[in-house]
Amino acid sequence: MEESKKIYWKGIEQLANNSEFVKHESSEFAQPGPEEDLGHSRRDFLKMMGFGVSAAALAACEAPIRKAIPYVNKPVDVDPSLPNYYASSYVNGGDYCSIVVKVREGRPIKIDGNALSSVSKGGTSAQVEASVLSLYDNSRLRGPRVASKKTSWEDLDKAVTSKLSELAGKGGQIRIVSNTILSPSTKAVIEKFTVKYPTTQHIQYDQSSHYGMLKANEESFGAAMIPSYDFSQADVIVSVAADFLGSWLSPVEFTKQYGITRNVSEEKRDMSRHYQFESNLSITGANADYRSQIKPSQEGAVLIQLYNAITGSSLSGGADAKHLAKAAKDLLASKGRALVVAGSNDKSIQVLVNAINAALGSYGSTINTTTPVNYRQGNDEAMASFVTDVEGGKIDAVIFYNCNPVYDHPMGAKLGAGLKKVSLSVATNYKEEETGELVGYLAPDHHFLEAWNDAEPKKNHFSLGQPAITPIFKSRAAQESLLTWAGESNVDYFEFVKSNWKSWFYKGQTLDFQSFWDKCLYDGVLESPNEATSVSFVGNVDAAARTIASAPKGGAFELVIYESGNIGNGSQANNPLLQELPDPITKAVWDHYVTVSPLDADVKDFTESFTKYATITVPGKEPVKLPILVQPGQAQGTIGIPVGYGRTKAGLVADGIGKNVYSLISLVNGSLNYTATNIKFEPTTDTYQIAQTQTHNTYMGRETIVQEALLSDYKNKSWTKSFNPEVTTWASPETGNKVDPDTLSMWKGHEYKNHHWGMAVDLNTCIGCGACVVACNVENNVSMVGRDEVIKRREMHWLRIDRYYSSDADADNWNDVQIASNNPEVVFQPMMCQHCNNAPCETVCPVAATTHSTEGLNQMTYNRCIGTRYCANNCPYKVRRFNWFKYHDNSQFEASNPAMNSDLGKMVLNPDVTVRSRGVMEKCSFCVQRIQAGKLTAKKERRPLVDGEVTTACQASCSTGAIVFGDVNNPESKISKLLKIRPLDPAKPHRIDKITDNPRAYQMLEEIGVKPNIWYLTKVRNQDKDNEKVNG
Amino acid sequence: MQVTSTVRDPLVTGGKTVKDVSHDISRQVEGSPTKLWWMAMAVSIAVMAYGFYCLCFLLWNGVGVWGLNKTVGWAWDITNFVWWVGIGHAGTLISAILLLFRQKWRMSINRAAEAMTIFAVICAATFPFAHMGRLWLGFYWVFPLPNTWGSLWANFNSPLLWDVFAISTYFTVSLVFWYLGLIPDFAVIRDRAVVQGNKVRASVYNALSFGWQGGAKTWSRYESVALILAGLSTPLVLSVHTIVSMDFATSIVPGWHTTIFPPYFVAGAIFSGFAMVLTLLLITRAVFKLEDYITIYHIEMMNIIIIVTGSIVGIAYITELFIAWYSGVEYEGYAFYNRVQGPYAWAYWSMMTCNVISPQLFWIKKIRTSLAATFVLSIVVNIGMWFERFVIIVTSIHRDYVPSSWTMFHPTKYDIGEYLFTFGFFFTAFLLFAKFFPVINMAEVKSIIKGGGEKIENKEHH
Repeated sequence: MEESKKIYWKGIEQLANNSEFVKHESSEFAQPGPEEDLGHSRRDFLKMMGFGVSAAALAACEAPIRKAIPYVNKPVDVDPSLPNYYASSYVNGGDYCSIVVKVREGRPIKIDGNALSSVSKGGTSAQVEASVLSLYDNSRLRGPRVASKKTSWEDLDKAVTSKLSELAGKGGQIRIVSNTILSPSTKAVIEKFTVKYPTTQHIQYDQSSHYGMLKANEESFGAAMIPSYDFSQADVIVSVAADFLGSWLSPVEFTKQYGITRNVSEEKRDMSRHYQFESNLSITGANADYRSQIKPSQEGAVLIQLYNAITGSSLSGGADAKHLAKAAKDLLASKGRALVVAGSNDKSIQVLVNAINAALGSYGSTINTTTPVNYRQGNDEAMASFVTDVEGGKIDAVIFYNCNPVYDHPMGAKLGAGLKKVSLSVATNYKEEETGELVGYLAPDHHFLEAWNDAEPKKNHFSLGQPAITPIFKSRAAQESLLTWAGESNVDYFEFVKSNWKSWFYKGQTLDFQSFWDKCLYDGVLESPNEATSVSFVGNVDAAARTIASAPKGGAFELVIYESGNIGNGSQANNPLLQELPDPITKAVWDHYVTVSPLDADVKDFTESFTKYATITVPGKEPVKLPILVQPGQAQGTIGIPVGYGRTKAGLVADGIGKNVYSLISLVNGSLNYTATNIKFEPTTDTYQIAQTQTHNTYMGRETIVQEALLSDYKNKSWTKSFNPEVTTWASPETGNKVDPDTLSMWKGHEYKNHHWGMAVDLNTCIGCGACVVACNVENNVSMVGRDEVIKRREMHWLRIDRYYSSDADADNWNDVQIASNNPEVVFQPMMCQHCNNAPCETVCPVAATTHSTEGLNQMTYNRCIGTRYCANNCPYKVRRFNWFKYHDNSQFEASNPAMNSDLGKMVLNPDVTVRSRGVMEKCSFCVQRIQAGKLTAKKERRPLVDGEVTTACQASCSTGAIVFGDVNNPESKISKLLKIRPLDPAKPHRIDKITDNPRAYQMLEEIGVKPNIWYLTKVRNQDKDNEKVNG
Repeated sequence: MQVTSTVRDPLVTGGKTVKDVSHDISRQVEGSPTKLWWMAMAVSIAVMAYGFYCLCFLLWNGVGVWGLNKTVGWAWDITNFVWWVGIGHAGTLISAILLLFRQKWRMSINRAAEAMTIFAVICAATFPFAHMGRLWLGFYWVFPLPNTWGSLWANFNSPLLWDVFAISTYFTVSLVFWYLGLIPDFAVIRDRAVVQGNKVRASVYNALSFGWQGGAKTWSRYESVALILAGLSTPLVLSVHTIVSMDFATSIVPGWHTTIFPPYFVAGAIFSGFAMVLTLLLITRAVFKLEDYITIYHIEMMNIIIIVTGSIVGIAYITELFIAWYSGVEYEGYAFYNRVQGPYAWAYWSMMTCNVISPQLFWIKKIRTSLAATFVLSIVVNIGMWFERFVIIVTSIHRDYVPSSWTMFHPTKYDIGEYLFTFGFFFTAFLLFAKFFPVINMAEVKSIIKGGGEKIENKEHH
């Protein structure tokens, strides 16, 4: 065979076999790849390394790492994510409430009422609910100070003790100044201090003094005490300017009692009748059946007239007022079940009230002298002479025990100036405040939630305060300070209280002491009955009437100084929960104002709270300039100014809001007079806008929103609601084509096979106090947005209380019905997400961020929300709240929302509830976290959820029990029984449309078919039928 | 030889030849911008820049920089949105419906009108985006995208979701339709650039025209596609604003919950759209000297449409009032009483004057053929239509069911700023369009020139 030798070439290059090809022939690639390039030099390596090191160094500069440190050793009783509850006592001056503190991971986050106390009976108030945030107040003192310099406790003790000994040696005058002290142990401490320094005098004063009453009772009954009142036993209540639901004596207690006597039900179709005679529209007056407008100078005259009408005497100086004769008639008709109270701090007026109550047989029934109360022990005269002594340089040392008289005493400015002449001045407030600024030594006490203490709010009704958190700062119990300065060897106040309790109360107990003590701590209270005593009235009515008649009257304007429903006496003014809580009546927040009758106001156009300033001059006092708030119900010729504003040293939240009007109060007849006559009231042209959460005052006669009834009608068994909306259809000619709107729906409806949560709100027992609003804010981490944002109408409250005034106009006259009556009837309507079964918000959300749960809740998924606000527009109840800004970690909201803008404030946040981000919608969740916790507990214990196990925050805080929450699928639940939910239809066992047989139950805006899960109970007024216009 | 009908007046006057058309329209693109154009551009960009600052401020800080509140959750944002979407409708109506109805007079105005549509829809779309609390999520959560969250899906019950589809469809179809029409005209400019020796322009417009060659087959396909797109656009004219109106009509807010909204909104949209087309064209016509293409006849025709749609809107207003009274529904009744008598009555009466009374002036021939009167009234109509949306949105929700929550709405500078932004954008875009794109559809206009290549003097213009 011929040998053939074919040559195969790989490419033209090989065929050509040029020199370039030959050169690279042995390499794998004709062109060298980068990995084969040996061009990288040593210098490149160094450059790379340099870059690498610096890049690594830069990468190390990250955001600071926030560490969450777990417990190394788990403390006993602390289980992460499970709350602990401790019974304790809220004490602020003479204000008292027995409480249960909810503690999560060592931090108090919520306060509830303690039902075991027979004094507060589980009730709370807005101030009590809010006080948990005061614990985390950024303006708290971090430790002891000498004037403005930090010091140690040892140095402070040394300095104070040596000064005290030196002064005591010279016989120098020492004073301890405080508000009313409820704590018997603290009093024992002061006693010990006085033994050591015999020139010590203890002076008590109260921001809202009841000294006149103490004196009157001393004259009338021979004992300077204040009796217990029981409004629940009263069928007829007459109050002359006593705001007993808002600020008078013990509102928490009285609210609870009032709720009982105002409650109506199918079983008890009767309620008390309440007359109120007052100048300002107070929360108490707003709840009255008959409210008459009087001037403050007429309070005595009205009582003289009432006395005459009841006893048949003919004291001179009486003056008639609208409904007064009727009130007298009703009082006489219910002798022994009647109660008359007056708010005045004037002895003569209180003597007259005592005489009336004695004539009505109230003592022993509605007034209990056996159990006097200790809420107000202040002595106006002693305090006044103390201030005079300080001014005169007669006082050498003064210790201010947890009080702030420079701010909240009428002679505060004089006291402040005089303090320079006092060689030793000490303040024990847990914050610096106005008084602390002027004293030499600051020895800060704990906040009450950090401290051991006890209290005796009523005779033989004791209460323990136990700390719910270790002191956050280097504070020390004031009692311990006093004991140290008194040279005591054993200064531990806890041991002191415990040993006191052992010696005072342990006697006759069967338990061993530790068990007894533990039980007291667990219960929070220790109560024993008092021996019954009776009193007989021996007061001088004639002299009282003469004094009243000689009191100054007249002038174009008279002034009433009162405590507003949110800020109170101003001691907690730095608490944004209170600053942003709308005043129950004016609905104003973050603002100070003067309330003026619409008849006197020069502000014609009060739309959107645009107003003008006015200058108010009390004879002999500095003029005060405040914006006018036009207040329907304010008596013509009177003006009202709330105290609690004008703080200068309270902290970032409160400083600079309004004016301090304590200085307008004068000492008259030996007691502080909170009213004044001959006032000059001059409106100016300067304009202002008051922040109000509600600017439209009437409900426009819309009966589908608020339904009311007269008791006389309601007593009739066949009573039905006046408003039953019906919808006309073609379907049912037998009923005139009219059907209940609930029966019409395009939707199949949800199935609630397990629970179906619902709520009932009784408009009759809701007094509008706002405790629920604060409770909701605390429970659900609701942002406080500040004055400017409220003016823009952007408050974030999930729960609000709508306050409506009646109008004189017809409901058809849409223009005039917008204007409130001059003396309106008032209705309060708590308003929160109605958890509609056909929720209009759910259908319109483009991303399904708001959906319906299998238990009837309308739920928000914050993570899914993109913030179109369509849901809020489509919500007929306007309860949805949008996060317009980032309210947390945003310096813009540092002053208004410290709970989300400082490390200290953040400790109050409820870890079970998300803090919402900017741009999402939020609203009431029916406290879904509580529902979930309750369900989990039941599940763990393998049992069904028991009714009452889950409460919403608003329900728990409601002293009158106006809010009832529960499972309407459970026929045995309280709400099912209250609403008389009809037993389930076996054909439709899971129906959503629960039918209620309680004739008072109605659903708001029933006819638009959204089918809410909240029922309101018709407001019942105990008025006679023949009244055309009851309030004059 | 130009043929003149004895029955109809020519739509294009001045005895223009085909070459004249190409020249008159292309010369705007070819020449350097006028001083007036630069000034207008400077103002537009300045306004847009300020508006853009406001928009950025809003996006950085949150929707709270607007004047909205707990009760009034939408105000200027959605007012502006509806207003701009409404304006857009005229373009689609002119190019689609009038095409189907063989209204040849539309040919010289449809290009500008369509451009206006595109820009107006972009302006409109900025508001739903800007008004979202969490825009960064809203961008894609409103789309039914597959995700890892199991069954989590957009809510098809929500009219806002319908809006997303309606507007995006509308925008896409309008854009394609508009661009399709531009292709042959780009080719004309390219061809002229080649002749003029301007290589840059030639290549740019060649790219823009997708290499259009103008073959008979291509023209045939072009016309088929135009017809199909016209067919697609026609229902959109009705559907888009119908769906926008459903944002309100399907809600339960008194004053929003109204069954007549779909036709009423569509009529209003066309009404405002035509007014805006007139405003823009009257300026363009004067600035670019296009009097022979956009004649008084065009203006008169458009004014007649304004009378018709304005009257429909007027009837709708009166119907609403009648039903509010006749229904006996307290909330509905009060909502309209509040519009007429309440604190925003000035807005209601502005709307009534601008939308119901002013277009009726066009019954008078002298007014509807007057350039000045038309220009003024076209602006008045759009002011009125803005108030209409403001009245519907704000005066309905600021006082609805529960009087405790009644509030007022006060716009802030950021509300105004965002509105200015859209104006700045709109005019910037329109000026760019007018400069770089042929403002009149040359290809179509050439089809209505009654003649061949030579210029015949018209008696009227002699």
